[in-house]
Amino acid sequence: MKRTQLTQLSTMAVALLLIASCSSSSSSTATNAASDAPSLPNIAAATSVGDGEGALNIVVWAGYAENGSTDKAVDWVTPFEKASGCKVNVKVGNTSDEMVTLMKTGQYDGVSASGDATLRLIYSGDVAPVNTDLVPNYTTVSDFLKNQQWNSAGGKMYGIPHGWGANVLAYTDGKVAAPTSWGAVFDTNSPYKGTVTAYDSPIYIADAALYLMKTKPELKITNPYALDDAQFQAAVDLLKTQKPIIGEYWSDYTKAVQSFESGNTVIGTSWQVIVNLVNGGKKAKVNSIVPSEGSTGWSDTWMISSKAQHPNCMYKWMDHIISPSANAQVAEWFGEAPSQTASCAMTADKNFCTSYHATDAAYASQIHYWTTPTKSCLDGRGSICKDYAAWTQAWTEIKG
Amino acid sequence: MRANLAPQNELRASSWLHRHEKSRLAILLSAPLFWLIVAYLGSLFSMFISAFWSVDSFTGSLVKTFTWENFQTLITADVYRRIALRSISVALMVTIIDALLALPIALFMAKVLSPRKRQLLVVLLLLPLWASYLVKAYAWRTLFANGGVLDWLLNPFGLGTPGYGLAATTIVLCYLWLPYMILPIYAGLERLPNSLLEASSDLGAGGGRTFRSIVLPLVYPSLIAGSIFTFSLSLGDYITVKIVGGKTQLFANVIYDNVGTAGNLPFAAAAAMVPVITVLGYLFLVRRSGALENL
Repeated sequence: MKRTQLTQLSTMAVALLLIASCSSSSSSTATNAASDAPSLPNIAAATSVGDGEGALNIVVWAGYAENGSTDKAVDWVTPFEKASGCKVNVKVGNTSDEMVTLMKTGQYDGVSASGDATLRLIYSGDVAPVNTDLVPNYTTVSDFLKNQQWNSAGGKMYGIPHGWGANVLAYTDGKVAAPTSWGAVFDTNSPYKGTVTAYDSPIYIADAALYLMKTKPELKITNPYALDDAQFQAAVDLLKTQKPIIGEYWSDYTKAVQSFESGNTVIGTSWQVIVNLVNGGKKAKVNSIVPSEGSTGWSDTWMISSKAQHPNCMYKWMDHIISPSANAQVAEWFGEAPSQTASCAMTADKNFCTSYHATDAAYASQIHYWTTPTKSCLDGRGSICKDYAAWTQAWTEIKG
Repeated sequence: MRANLAPQNELRASSWLHRHEKSRLAILLSAPLFWLIVAYLGSLFSMFISAFWSVDSFTGSLVKTFTWENFQTLITADVYRRIALRSISVALMVTIIDALLALPIALFMAKVLSPRKRQLLVVLLLLPLWASYLVKAYAWRTLFANGGVLDWLLNPFGLGTPGYGLAATTIVLCYLWLPYMILPIYAGLERLPNSLLEASSDLGAGGGRTFRSIVLPLVYPSLIAGSIFTFSLSLGDYITVKIVGGKTQLFANVIYDNVGTAGNLPFAAAAAMVPVITVLGYLFLVRRSGALENL
């Protein structure tokens, strides 16, 4: 017995030594993880779009690629499949992090990425630049969405803008006194303790930072995604005080819908599509507002994978989804502003574009779109900010 | 009767194998050993190595430099210790509750029921295993919802649903793993000779004394076998807590979140070592107690 134990121990020791020596010998060319100025991978954009390859695998936000299975009348995928011959296989990503991980596998042709995923995908070489000349409907996309910080790099466009919107404050009508401020979800003495919800992703820290930006100006937060140590700690502390009143953190939109319907959630940050689905199901009535402090939001971009197996189908899809009719449908279904200016004439609700400020560049510039926090502060203060890895670890701590 | 000379090579091979017993054994074991060593242990080992790497904080690409950073974070940050203790407590609670529930059921099935009814009960017991895990977990989510079935049942007594949280998670895990606890105990009790029970009552022992002194020691190995199932399955579960756990998280969620959402595979690998070591520790204790010897 003793002899076998000794042999086992010595084998393990030798193995550990081997690991240590193997890994450290290849460390000499390790890249600097601080990425003050990450280098842009050199990937060529497509030069032409040929015939469809017969299939398309895309990672999308919930509600972006409806094929009639959620609601029979809501379908802009089937017309695309018929016209292009590309059978669409949809994978719903719940958070930007999930989408980045899925795209890294190389098994998907494209993704509808928010600003907190786009730059990560661009700099890791997972997506290729988009040749916008090959997408005819791009010409009539809102100008304030083109060549922005989150969808272009090195002077090249890396995607086709899909639409944009704000994270709304949703509350159940009749159970909750109409709120006007995000303070309703951060109030430790909230009468709705145990039925408040928050988005289950590290990017939610920006929502706390936004609230502090308006309520604690002494912290001098100018960009909720550029937080130095003190500002970051304040946001994390706010979220830790919020945790006792939280009932559930949501990332799966179907669970969020069911939560509102059953009354397990009565107030919290949400998406317009969830509000629309709850109200459509008629089990509960939910209202949504953009509170006085403003809101975080997203501006989504369709990106094509650098390892796409069906690039032609992806280009055809990108052209289809920003075509006036399809973009109008998806914008109305999801509850966001369409990127296609020509869609405003095609929405079922004639006031849709007005109420969503679709062509209002000034309004659009006021939403704090999801962006990947980097060590090099996004507001230009230098390398004193917390990067996304720190946000992720803090998020685990916040949830306890 | 002339010997068939055609399959000469087969004859040679078979006689060679007949003479070399060790080679025979090696060839027989080669397939399962390949799976065990290369596929299973090999993948565990490569995961262990990746625990010493890190990711580029911006692009998320793997940086294959040796670092103790992941393990340092795991040990120094309070939150992981708290989550680990929480997960181990949940796993132990599930094991204890399932053991308490399974013993009477298994005893009833093995000793009291007629053979026909016994088979029926075994079938009914195994039936939930045919349903998908997710279907069962989501069904419980509806049961625990405000205004759901539990509320409707308990409201007349002034109680209500515990809502989504650790209690709900424990209850659902108990439900999911109960068949895995009942079956080994049932198998162990079936082997218990009835004559022992009769002898015990002849000597004047009541039901309780018989159970404590005769049944329990003999069924102990089966109990441990069932507990290994419930403990390790609960320790590694991350789906149930996401469905009925509300805002709580268990250790497997730390691993899952770091693989999926954070894309930090090395940290997830380091975190994965914690349940591995815990279960190894549990198995070591089980072995020490001698429960596996009579299996």
